Amino acid sequence: MTVREIAEKLNLRVFSGAEGLDREVSGGYVSDLLSDVMGFAKDGSVWVTLQTHKNVMAIATLKELAAVIIVKGFEPEDDAKEVSDEEGIPILGSGEQTFELAGRIYNLLNH
Amino acid sequence: MRLEYDVAAGDFTRAGFASSSIKKALKQLGVSPAVVKRVVIAVYEAEVNIVAHANGGRITADIEPDGINVVLADTGPGIPDVEKAMQKGFSTASKEVREMGFGAGMGLPNIKENADSLRIETEVGKGTTLYIYIKF
Repeated sequence: MTVREIAEKLNLRVFSGAEGLDREVSGGYVSDLLSDVMGFAKDGSVWVTLQTHKNVMAIATLKELAAVIIVKGFEPEDDAKEVSDEEGIPILGSGEQTFELAGRIYNLLNH
Repeated sequence: MRLEYDVAAGDFTRAGFASSSIKKALKQLGVSPAVVKRVVIAVYEAEVNIVAHANGGRITADIEPDGINVVLADTGPGIPDVEKAMQKGFSTASKEVREMGFGAGMGLPNIKENADSLRIETEVGKGTTLYIYIKF
């Protein structure tokens, strides 16, 4: 499944990095602790978080994640969106909270 | 091949610059993806530690045919109890740094788990130097 398909099926807002919408998604990771993601997220995953700053994109780039999804209606900071555009790693947004959103993504990826 | 970077204290907007640049160099050299991933984790964590805790520092990476040596030297507070600092969950990061999602007490453990060898030299009030080696 691609980032685009997840975005469309879950009605996610695309904040930036639209060039990367056709990235293939191999799994997901949920955490707001950056070192946790750094140490344990797998490449090709979508990362669900409430963090909105530029370091999120530094990690997404280093870990070659498929996309970042920000929960609860939070919006990414401008410099985060810039990195997202440069790297072609989309930042998406949802009004839902982490539990519900992660459940929906899990179902999409496993059915 | 030697790569060198200065790391400024408190400048989180540039955190990850050195690790990203080292990653690109290793990929171009054809180092296996599994090894590159470990280098990236170890160097990023050590780089962030300089930004979060020190007064600034310097990263020197020597890429050799059989492995990479990375020396991260900072001037800063030093680590009073290295054994404690190595424990998962232990952190002295400020509230602001924690709110960004850093300071979870996972940095040094992440480095140790991904490095083939890690040596820490530290002196309270002066600074800390990490010696990281990862073989290809």
